[in-house]
Amino acid sequence: MLKTRIIPCLDVADGRVVKGVNFVDLVDAGDPVAAAKAYDAAGADELCFLDIHATHENRSTMFDLVQRTAEQCFIPLTVGGGVRTVQDVRNLLLAGADKVSFNSAAVAKPHVLAEAADQFGSQCIVCAIDAKTVSPGKWEIFTHGGRKPTGIDAVAFAQKAAEKGAGEILLTSMDRDGTRAGFNLALTRAISDAVPIPVIASGGVGTLDHLVEGVTEGRASAVLAASIFHFGEFTIAQAKFHMVAADIPVRIT
Amino acid sequence: MSLTAIIDYESGNLHSAEKAFQRMALEGDLGTVLVTSDADIVAKADRVVLPGDGAFPACMRALKGTGGLFDALIETVEVKARPFLGICVGMQLMATRGREYEDTEGLDWVEGEVTRIMPEDPALKVPHMGWNDLIFDAPHPVFDGLSTGDHTYFVHSYHFNVSRADNRLAHVNYAGDVTAVVGRDTMLGFQFHPEKSQRVGLRLISNFLRWSP
Repeated sequence: MLKTRIIPCLDVADGRVVKGVNFVDLVDAGDPVAAAKAYDAAGADELCFLDIHATHENRSTMFDLVQRTAEQCFIPLTVGGGVRTVQDVRNLLLAGADKVSFNSAAVAKPHVLAEAADQFGSQCIVCAIDAKTVSPGKWEIFTHGGRKPTGIDAVAFAQKAAEKGAGEILLTSMDRDGTRAGFNLALTRAISDAVPIPVIASGGVGTLDHLVEGVTEGRASAVLAASIFHFGEFTIAQAKFHMVAADIPVRIT
Repeated sequence: MSLTAIIDYESGNLHSAEKAFQRMALEGDLGTVLVTSDADIVAKADRVVLPGDGAFPACMRALKGTGGLFDALIETVEVKARPFLGICVGMQLMATRGREYEDTEGLDWVEGEVTRIMPEDPALKVPHMGWNDLIFDAPHPVFDGLSTGDHTYFVHSYHFNVSRADNRLAHVNYAGDVTAVVGRDTMLGFQFHPEKSQRVGLRLISNFLRWSP
Protein backbone atom coordinates (compact mmCIF):
# COMPACT_ATOMS: atom_id res chain seq x y z
CA MET A 1 0.00 0.00 0.00
CA LEU A 2 1.23 3.48 -0.84
CA LYS A 3 2.20 5.45 2.24
CA THR A 4 1.51 9.06 3.16
CA ARG A 5 4.75 11.00 2.99
CA ILE A 6 6.09 13.37 5.64
CA ILE A 7 8.36 16.00 4.15
CA PRO A 8 10.44 18.44 6.19
CA CYS A 9 11.16 21.65 4.28
CA LEU A 10 14.32 23.69 4.72
CA ASP A 11 14.23 27.36 3.79
CA VAL A 12 17.66 28.20 2.49
CA ALA A 13 19.21 31.62 1.88
CA ASP A 14 22.76 32.01 0.59
CA GLY A 15 23.55 28.39 1.36
CA ARG A 16 22.40 28.52 4.97
CA VAL A 17 19.22 27.29 6.67
CA VAL A 18 17.06 30.27 7.62
CA LYS A 19 16.58 30.39 11.41
CA GLY A 20 18.59 27.19 11.85
CA VAL A 21 17.56 23.70 12.70
CA ASN A 22 17.48 22.79 16.33
CA PHE A 23 18.44 19.14 16.51
CA VAL A 24 20.26 17.30 19.20
CA ASP A 25 23.73 16.32 17.95
CA LEU A 26 23.69 18.77 15.07
CA VAL A 27 26.93 20.68 15.32
CA ASP A 28 26.14 23.33 12.72
CA ALA A 29 22.42 24.15 12.89
CA GLY A 30 22.69 26.35 9.82
CA ASP A 31 24.19 23.79 7.46
CA PRO A 32 21.48 22.43 5.13
CA VAL A 33 23.49 19.31 4.29
CA ALA A 34 23.89 18.39 7.96
CA ALA A 35 20.18 19.02 8.54
CA ALA A 36 19.27 16.93 5.48
CA LYS A 37 21.39 14.03 6.74
CA ALA A 38 19.78 14.23 10.15
CA TYR A 39 16.29 14.14 8.62
CA ASP A 40 17.26 11.23 6.37
CA ALA A 41 18.45 9.28 9.42
CA ALA A 42 15.31 10.28 11.34
CA GLY A 43 13.05 8.66 8.74
CA ALA A 44 11.85 11.62 6.65
CA ASP A 45 10.26 10.34 3.42
CA GLU A 46 11.55 13.16 1.23
CA LEU A 47 13.30 16.48 1.63
CA CYS A 48 12.54 19.88 0.26
CA PHE A 49 14.96 22.80 -0.14
CA LEU A 50 13.43 26.17 -0.83
CA ASP A 51 15.83 28.87 -1.97
CA ILE A 52 14.10 31.93 -0.56
CA HIS A 53 16.53 34.53 -1.88
CA ALA A 54 17.13 32.93 -5.23
CA THR A 55 19.18 35.30 -7.33
CA HIS A 56 21.39 34.78 -10.28
CA GLU A 57 24.52 35.32 -8.16
CA ASN A 58 23.81 32.72 -5.52
CA ARG A 59 22.69 29.92 -7.85
CA SER A 60 26.04 28.18 -7.70
CA THR A 61 25.79 28.03 -3.90
CA MET A 62 22.51 26.15 -4.29
CA PHE A 63 23.94 23.76 -6.90
CA ASP A 64 26.83 22.97 -4.58
CA LEU A 65 24.42 22.37 -1.71
CA VAL A 66 22.21 20.08 -3.77
CA GLN A 67 25.21 18.16 -5.00
CA ARG A 68 26.62 17.57 -1.52
CA THR A 69 23.19 16.54 -0.21
CA ALA A 70 22.62 14.08 -3.06
CA GLU A 71 25.94 12.43 -2.28
CA GLN A 72 24.87 11.63 1.24
CA CYS A 73 21.07 11.37 1.33
CA PHE A 74 19.42 8.54 -0.54
CA ILE A 75 15.85 9.80 -0.35
CA PRO A 76 14.10 12.07 -2.87
CA LEU A 77 15.03 15.75 -2.83
CA THR A 78 12.83 18.52 -4.22
CA VAL A 79 14.38 21.92 -4.88
CA GLY A 80 12.44 25.13 -5.47
CA GLY A 81 12.81 28.89 -5.43
CA GLY A 82 13.71 31.07 -8.39
CA VAL A 83 13.17 28.32 -10.98
CA ARG A 84 12.15 29.99 -14.24
CA THR A 85 13.37 28.07 -17.25
CA VAL A 86 13.96 24.59 -18.62
CA GLN A 87 17.67 25.32 -18.24
CA ASP A 88 17.18 26.00 -14.49
CA VAL A 89 15.52 22.58 -14.21
CA ARG A 90 18.33 20.90 -16.09
CA ASN A 91 20.98 22.49 -13.88
CA LEU A 92 19.27 21.44 -10.66
CA LEU A 93 18.65 17.88 -11.89
CA LEU A 94 22.27 17.59 -12.95
CA ALA A 95 23.33 18.78 -9.51
CA GLY A 96 21.33 15.91 -8.02
CA ALA A 97 17.79 17.17 -7.33
CA ASP A 98 15.11 14.56 -7.97
CA LYS A 99 12.29 17.03 -8.48
CA VAL A 100 12.28 20.70 -9.29
CA SER A 101 9.52 23.06 -8.27
CA PHE A 102 8.19 25.98 -10.33
CA ASN A 103 6.29 28.78 -8.64
CA SER A 104 5.78 32.34 -10.00
CA ALA A 105 7.25 31.44 -13.39
CA ALA A 106 4.52 28.83 -13.92
CA VAL A 107 1.84 31.40 -13.10
CA ALA A 108 3.30 33.90 -15.55
CA LYS A 109 3.86 31.28 -18.24
CA PRO A 110 2.18 27.90 -17.57
CA HIS A 111 3.63 26.49 -20.74
CA VAL A 112 7.04 26.24 -19.09
CA LEU A 113 5.63 23.26 -17.14
CA ALA A 114 4.89 21.48 -20.41
CA GLU A 115 8.32 22.25 -21.83
CA ALA A 116 10.04 20.95 -18.70
CA ALA A 117 7.81 17.86 -18.46
CA ASP A 118 8.39 17.01 -22.11
CA GLN A 119 12.10 17.18 -21.62
CA PHE A 120 12.57 15.53 -18.24
CA GLY A 121 9.28 13.74 -17.53
CA SER A 122 6.37 14.76 -15.30
CA GLN A 123 7.81 12.77 -12.43
CA CYS A 124 10.34 15.49 -11.67
CA ILE A 125 8.22 18.59 -12.26
CA VAL A 126 6.43 20.05 -9.25
CA CYS A 127 4.15 23.09 -9.45
CA ALA A 128 4.13 25.12 -6.24
CA ILE A 129 0.91 27.06 -5.69
CA ASP A 130 0.54 29.81 -3.10
CA ALA A 131 -3.15 30.49 -2.55
CA LYS A 132 -5.14 32.89 -0.40
CA THR A 133 -8.83 32.86 0.50
CA VAL A 134 -10.68 35.67 -1.27
CA SER A 135 -14.22 34.62 -0.29
CA PRO A 136 -15.63 31.43 1.27
CA GLY A 137 -14.79 28.49 -0.98
CA LYS A 138 -12.82 30.72 -3.35
CA TRP A 139 -9.03 30.88 -3.45
CA GLU A 140 -6.75 32.97 -5.58
CA ILE A 141 -3.12 32.56 -6.57
CA PHE A 142 -0.72 35.08 -5.04
CA THR A 143 2.88 35.49 -6.14
CA HIS A 144 5.91 37.28 -4.74
CA GLY A 145 5.66 35.76 -1.30
CA GLY A 146 1.93 36.29 -1.08
CA ARG A 147 1.99 40.03 -1.75
CA LYS A 148 0.86 40.12 -5.34
CA PRO A 149 -2.68 39.04 -6.28
CA THR A 150 -3.08 37.58 -9.75
CA GLY A 151 -6.84 37.18 -10.05
CA ILE A 152 -6.26 33.54 -11.03
CA ASP A 153 -8.48 30.91 -9.40
CA ALA A 154 -6.33 28.40 -7.50
CA VAL A 155 -8.40 25.32 -8.35
CA ALA A 156 -8.53 26.13 -12.05
CA PHE A 157 -4.81 26.83 -12.08
CA ALA A 158 -4.01 23.54 -10.34
CA GLN A 159 -5.98 21.70 -13.02
CA LYS A 160 -4.14 23.59 -15.71
CA ALA A 161 -0.76 22.76 -14.12
CA ALA A 162 -1.66 19.07 -14.09
CA GLU A 163 -2.78 19.19 -17.73
CA LYS A 164 0.45 20.92 -18.72
CA GLY A 165 2.44 18.08 -17.22
CA ALA A 166 3.26 18.85 -13.58
CA GLY A 167 3.61 15.55 -11.73
CA GLU A 168 2.79 16.91 -8.30
CA ILE A 169 1.39 20.04 -6.64
CA LEU A 170 2.93 21.69 -3.60
CA LEU A 171 0.04 23.67 -2.18
CA THR A 172 0.69 26.40 0.39
CA SER A 173 -2.07 28.31 2.08
CA MET A 174 -0.84 31.89 2.45
CA ASP A 175 -3.59 32.51 5.04
CA ARG A 176 -2.14 29.82 7.26
CA ASP A 177 1.58 29.89 6.53
CA GLY A 178 3.45 30.68 9.73
CA THR A 179 0.27 30.77 11.87
CA ARG A 180 0.55 27.26 13.37
CA ALA A 181 -3.27 27.11 13.10
CA GLY A 182 -3.29 24.08 10.80
CA PHE A 183 -3.61 23.58 7.04
CA ASN A 184 -6.40 25.29 5.14
CA LEU A 185 -8.35 22.05 4.83
CA ALA A 186 -11.10 23.29 2.51
CA LEU A 187 -8.50 24.57 0.05
CA THR A 188 -6.41 21.40 0.28
CA ARG A 189 -9.44 19.23 -0.32
CA ALA A 190 -10.72 21.35 -3.19
CA ILE A 191 -7.39 21.04 -5.01
CA SER A 192 -6.81 17.36 -4.15
CA ASP A 193 -10.24 16.45 -5.47
CA ALA A 194 -9.78 18.53 -8.63
CA VAL A 195 -6.50 17.06 -9.90
CA PRO A 196 -5.39 13.51 -10.75
CA ILE A 197 -1.82 14.08 -9.47
CA PRO A 198 -0.55 13.99 -5.86
CA VAL A 199 -0.93 17.11 -3.70
CA ILE A 200 1.47 18.05 -0.90
CA ALA A 201 -0.25 20.12 1.80
CA SER A 202 1.78 22.97 3.24
CA GLY A 203 1.38 26.01 5.44
CA GLY A 204 0.22 26.29 9.04
CA VAL A 205 1.24 23.08 10.79
CA GLY A 206 1.49 23.59 14.55
CA THR A 207 0.52 20.19 15.97
CA LEU A 208 0.66 16.55 14.95
CA ASP A 209 -3.13 16.52 14.63
CA HIS A 210 -2.76 19.08 11.87
CA LEU A 211 -0.71 16.58 9.86
CA VAL A 212 -3.45 13.97 10.29
CA GLU A 213 -6.19 16.41 9.23
CA GLY A 214 -4.29 17.31 6.09
CA VAL A 215 -4.67 13.70 4.97
CA THR A 216 -8.05 12.68 6.38
CA GLU A 217 -9.90 15.92 5.63
CA GLY A 218 -7.65 17.62 3.09
CA ARG A 219 -7.00 14.36 1.21
CA ALA A 220 -3.36 15.30 0.62
CA SER A 221 -0.91 12.60 -0.52
CA ALA A 222 1.90 14.14 1.50
CA VAL A 223 2.31 16.70 4.25
CA LEU A 224 5.06 19.27 4.46
CA ALA A 225 6.15 21.05 7.62
CA ALA A 226 9.06 23.13 8.77
CA SER A 227 9.09 24.68 12.21
CA ILE A 228 7.52 21.83 14.21
CA PHE A 229 10.43 19.64 13.15
CA HIS A 230 13.23 22.19 12.96
CA PHE A 231 12.85 23.40 16.51
CA GLY A 232 12.84 19.89 17.89
CA GLU A 233 9.23 20.12 19.07
CA PHE A 234 8.38 16.83 17.42
CA THR A 235 10.47 14.16 15.74
CA ILE A 236 9.61 12.55 12.42
CA ALA A 237 9.03 9.29 14.33
CA GLN A 238 6.52 10.96 16.66
CA ALA A 239 4.70 12.36 13.65
CA LYS A 240 4.56 8.93 12.04
CA PHE A 241 3.32 7.15 15.14
CA HIS A 242 0.67 9.82 15.53
CA MET A 243 -0.48 9.13 11.97
CA VAL A 244 -0.49 5.38 12.51
CA ALA A 245 -2.71 5.91 15.54
CA ALA A 246 -5.11 7.75 13.23
CA ASP A 247 -5.08 4.80 10.78
CA ILE A 248 -2.99 6.63 8.17
CA PRO A 249 -0.45 4.28 6.60
CA VAL A 250 3.14 5.57 6.80
CA ARG A 251 6.60 4.13 6.27
CA ILE A 252 8.09 3.15 9.60
CA THR A 253 11.87 2.83 9.38
CA MET B 1 38.72 -5.76 -10.60
CA SER B 2 35.02 -5.93 -11.35
CA LEU B 3 33.56 -3.13 -13.48
CA THR B 4 29.95 -1.98 -13.25
CA ALA B 5 28.75 0.28 -16.06
CA ILE B 6 25.78 2.59 -15.48
CA ILE B 7 24.64 3.47 -18.97
CA ASP B 8 24.26 7.19 -19.64
CA TYR B 9 22.02 7.72 -22.66
CA GLU B 10 20.88 11.16 -21.57
CA SER B 11 17.75 9.91 -19.94
CA GLY B 12 17.44 11.66 -16.63
CA ASN B 13 19.41 12.29 -13.54
CA LEU B 14 22.20 9.80 -12.91
CA HIS B 15 23.89 11.69 -10.13
CA SER B 16 22.16 9.92 -7.25
CA ALA B 17 22.38 6.49 -8.91
CA GLU B 18 26.09 7.04 -9.46
CA LYS B 19 26.68 8.09 -5.85
CA ALA B 20 24.63 5.23 -4.40
CA PHE B 21 26.34 2.53 -6.49
CA GLN B 22 29.78 4.00 -5.87
CA ARG B 23 29.19 4.16 -2.15
CA MET B 24 28.08 0.52 -1.93
CA ALA B 25 30.94 -0.61 -4.18
CA LEU B 26 33.40 1.21 -1.93
CA GLU B 27 31.91 -0.12 1.32
CA GLY B 28 31.92 -3.72 0.09
CA ASP B 29 35.11 -3.54 -1.97
CA LEU B 30 33.01 -4.53 -4.99
CA GLY B 31 35.00 -2.97 -7.79
CA THR B 32 34.60 0.15 -9.88
CA VAL B 33 31.38 1.88 -10.90
CA LEU B 34 31.40 4.08 -13.99
CA VAL B 35 28.67 6.21 -15.50
CA THR B 36 29.35 5.95 -19.20
CA SER B 37 28.03 6.45 -22.70
CA ASP B 38 31.05 4.69 -24.17
CA ALA B 39 30.02 1.50 -25.99
CA ASP B 40 33.47 -0.05 -25.48
CA ILE B 41 33.20 0.25 -21.71
CA VAL B 42 29.69 -1.23 -21.74
CA ALA B 43 30.95 -4.11 -23.91
CA LYS B 44 33.66 -5.06 -21.44
CA ALA B 45 31.71 -4.38 -18.23
CA ASP B 46 31.15 -7.19 -15.75
CA ARG B 47 27.71 -5.92 -14.93
CA VAL B 48 25.42 -3.32 -16.45
CA VAL B 49 22.84 -0.93 -14.99
CA LEU B 50 20.29 0.73 -17.25
CA PRO B 51 18.50 3.63 -15.55
CA GLY B 52 15.82 5.73 -17.23
CA ASP B 53 13.38 8.56 -16.58
CA GLY B 54 10.73 9.93 -18.88
CA ALA B 55 8.75 8.31 -21.64
CA PHE B 56 9.26 4.78 -23.00
CA PRO B 57 9.51 5.74 -26.72
CA ALA B 58 11.95 8.60 -26.04
CA CYS B 59 14.15 6.37 -23.88
CA MET B 60 14.16 3.57 -26.44
CA ARG B 61 15.04 6.00 -29.23
CA ALA B 62 17.83 7.55 -27.15
CA LEU B 63 19.25 4.13 -26.33
CA LYS B 64 19.25 3.04 -29.96
CA GLY B 65 20.53 6.38 -31.18
CA THR B 66 23.64 6.64 -29.03
CA GLY B 67 26.73 5.45 -30.92
CA GLY B 68 26.86 1.68 -30.62
CA LEU B 69 25.52 1.60 -27.06
CA PHE B 70 22.57 -0.55 -27.99
CA ASP B 71 24.73 -3.19 -29.67
CA ALA B 72 27.15 -3.18 -26.76
CA LEU B 73 24.27 -3.68 -24.35
CA ILE B 74 22.93 -6.65 -26.34
CA GLU B 75 26.42 -8.12 -26.54
CA THR B 76 27.11 -7.85 -22.80
CA VAL B 77 23.69 -8.87 -21.52
CA GLU B 78 22.36 -11.31 -24.14
CA VAL B 79 25.52 -12.90 -25.51
CA LYS B 80 27.92 -12.75 -22.55
CA ALA B 81 25.09 -13.07 -19.99
CA ARG B 82 26.60 -10.56 -17.59
CA PRO B 83 24.32 -9.48 -14.69
CA PHE B 84 21.94 -6.71 -15.72
CA LEU B 85 19.78 -4.34 -13.68
CA GLY B 86 17.16 -2.03 -15.22
CA ILE B 87 15.79 0.79 -13.06
CA CYS B 88 12.40 2.51 -13.56
CA VAL B 89 12.00 3.09 -17.32
CA GLY B 90 15.22 1.07 -17.71
CA MET B 91 13.27 -1.84 -16.23
CA GLN B 92 10.27 -1.16 -18.46
CA LEU B 93 12.48 -1.26 -21.58
CA MET B 94 13.06 -4.95 -20.80
CA ALA B 95 9.46 -5.61 -21.91
CA THR B 96 8.29 -6.88 -25.28
CA ARG B 97 6.41 -3.65 -25.94
CA GLY B 98 5.63 -0.25 -24.46
CA ARG B 99 2.23 1.34 -24.93
CA GLU B 100 3.08 4.86 -23.72
CA TYR B 101 1.84 7.45 -26.30
CA GLU B 102 2.58 5.01 -29.13
CA ASP B 103 3.44 1.32 -29.41
CA THR B 104 7.20 0.88 -29.15
CA GLU B 105 9.19 -2.32 -29.29
CA GLY B 106 11.19 -3.02 -26.16
CA LEU B 107 14.22 -5.24 -25.60
CA ASP B 108 11.86 -8.23 -25.20
CA TRP B 109 13.97 -9.75 -22.45
CA VAL B 110 10.95 -10.28 -20.22
CA GLU B 111 7.71 -11.06 -21.99
CA GLY B 112 5.02 -8.47 -21.35
CA GLU B 113 3.72 -4.98 -22.00
CA VAL B 114 4.07 -1.61 -20.31
CA THR B 115 0.68 0.09 -19.92
CA ARG B 116 -0.78 3.03 -18.05
CA ILE B 117 -1.79 2.61 -14.43
CA MET B 118 -5.58 2.94 -14.38
CA PRO B 119 -6.89 3.00 -10.82
CA GLU B 120 -10.62 2.29 -10.60
CA ASP B 121 -10.82 4.52 -7.55
CA PRO B 122 -10.49 8.15 -8.77
CA ALA B 123 -9.10 9.14 -5.36
CA LEU B 124 -5.94 7.21 -6.23
CA LYS B 125 -3.45 9.47 -7.94
CA VAL B 126 -1.30 8.82 -10.99
CA PRO B 127 1.74 8.94 -10.94
CA HIS B 128 2.05 6.26 -8.29
CA MET B 129 4.44 8.37 -6.25
CA GLY B 130 5.96 7.56 -2.90
CA TRP B 131 6.93 4.67 -0.64
CA ASN B 132 5.22 1.33 -1.04
CA ASP B 133 5.90 -1.98 0.72
CA LEU B 134 7.27 -4.87 -1.28
CA ILE B 135 5.49 -8.22 -1.46
CA PHE B 136 7.89 -10.90 -2.69
CA ASP B 137 6.64 -13.45 -5.22
CA ALA B 138 9.80 -15.52 -5.50
CA PRO B 139 13.13 -15.71 -3.70
CA HIS B 140 16.18 -14.14 -5.33
CA PRO B 141 19.79 -13.68 -4.15
CA VAL B 142 19.44 -9.90 -4.60
CA PHE B 143 16.65 -9.88 -1.97
CA ASP B 144 19.07 -11.08 0.70
CA GLY B 145 18.48 -9.32 4.02
CA LEU B 146 15.12 -7.89 2.96
CA SER B 147 11.73 -8.88 4.23
CA THR B 148 8.14 -8.40 3.19
CA GLY B 149 7.03 -4.97 4.33
CA ASP B 150 10.28 -3.23 3.44
CA HIS B 151 9.58 0.01 1.57
CA THR B 152 11.03 1.37 -1.65
CA TYR B 153 10.39 4.64 -3.49
CA PHE B 154 8.26 4.63 -6.65
CA VAL B 155 7.41 7.30 -9.17
CA HIS B 156 5.76 6.14 -12.39
CA SER B 157 2.53 6.36 -14.38
CA TYR B 158 3.04 3.20 -16.45
CA HIS B 159 3.63 -0.32 -15.20
CA PHE B 160 4.95 -3.63 -16.43
CA ASN B 161 2.36 -6.35 -17.04
CA VAL B 162 4.34 -9.57 -17.28
CA SER B 163 2.98 -12.38 -19.46
CA ARG B 164 4.59 -15.13 -17.40
CA ALA B 165 3.89 -15.08 -13.69
CA ASP B 166 7.30 -16.55 -12.86
CA ASN B 167 9.03 -13.45 -14.28
CA ARG B 168 7.48 -11.29 -11.56
CA LEU B 169 9.67 -11.49 -8.47
CA ALA B 170 7.97 -8.82 -6.33
CA HIS B 171 4.98 -6.51 -6.48
CA VAL B 172 3.26 -3.75 -4.53
CA ASN B 173 -0.38 -2.96 -4.06
CA TYR B 174 -1.87 0.13 -5.66
CA ALA B 175 -5.48 -0.50 -6.64
CA GLY B 176 -4.38 -3.95 -7.68
CA ASP B 177 -0.96 -5.46 -8.20
CA VAL B 178 1.83 -3.30 -9.60
CA THR B 179 4.98 -5.14 -10.67
CA ALA B 180 7.95 -4.02 -8.58
CA VAL B 181 10.67 -6.46 -9.67
CA VAL B 182 11.00 -8.56 -12.83
CA GLY B 183 13.73 -11.05 -13.57
CA ARG B 184 14.94 -14.13 -15.33
CA ASP B 185 18.40 -15.74 -15.59
CA THR B 186 20.97 -12.95 -15.36
CA MET B 187 18.49 -10.10 -15.82
CA LEU B 188 16.75 -8.07 -13.16
CA GLY B 189 14.58 -4.96 -13.23
CA PHE B 190 13.32 -2.65 -10.44
CA GLN B 191 10.34 -0.38 -11.06
CA PHE B 192 11.28 1.62 -7.95
CA HIS B 193 14.40 3.74 -7.46
CA PRO B 194 16.88 1.87 -5.24
CA GLU B 195 19.12 4.95 -5.16
CA LYS B 196 16.23 6.86 -3.53
CA SER B 197 15.08 4.07 -1.23
CA GLN B 198 17.41 4.72 1.67
CA ARG B 199 18.60 1.68 3.67
CA VAL B 200 16.54 -0.85 1.71
CA GLY B 201 17.65 0.54 -1.63
CA LEU B 202 21.32 0.59 -0.67
CA ARG B 203 21.07 -3.02 0.45
CA LEU B 204 19.55 -4.03 -2.91
CA ILE B 205 22.33 -2.20 -4.75
CA SER B 206 24.97 -3.89 -2.63
CA ASN B 207 23.35 -7.29 -3.24
CA PHE B 208 23.26 -6.67 -6.99
CA LEU B 209 26.96 -5.79 -6.99
CA ARG B 210 27.67 -9.11 -5.23
CA TRP B 211 25.33 -11.18 -7.39
CA SER B 212 27.10 -13.72 -9.62
CA PRO B 213 24.47 -15.85 -11.33
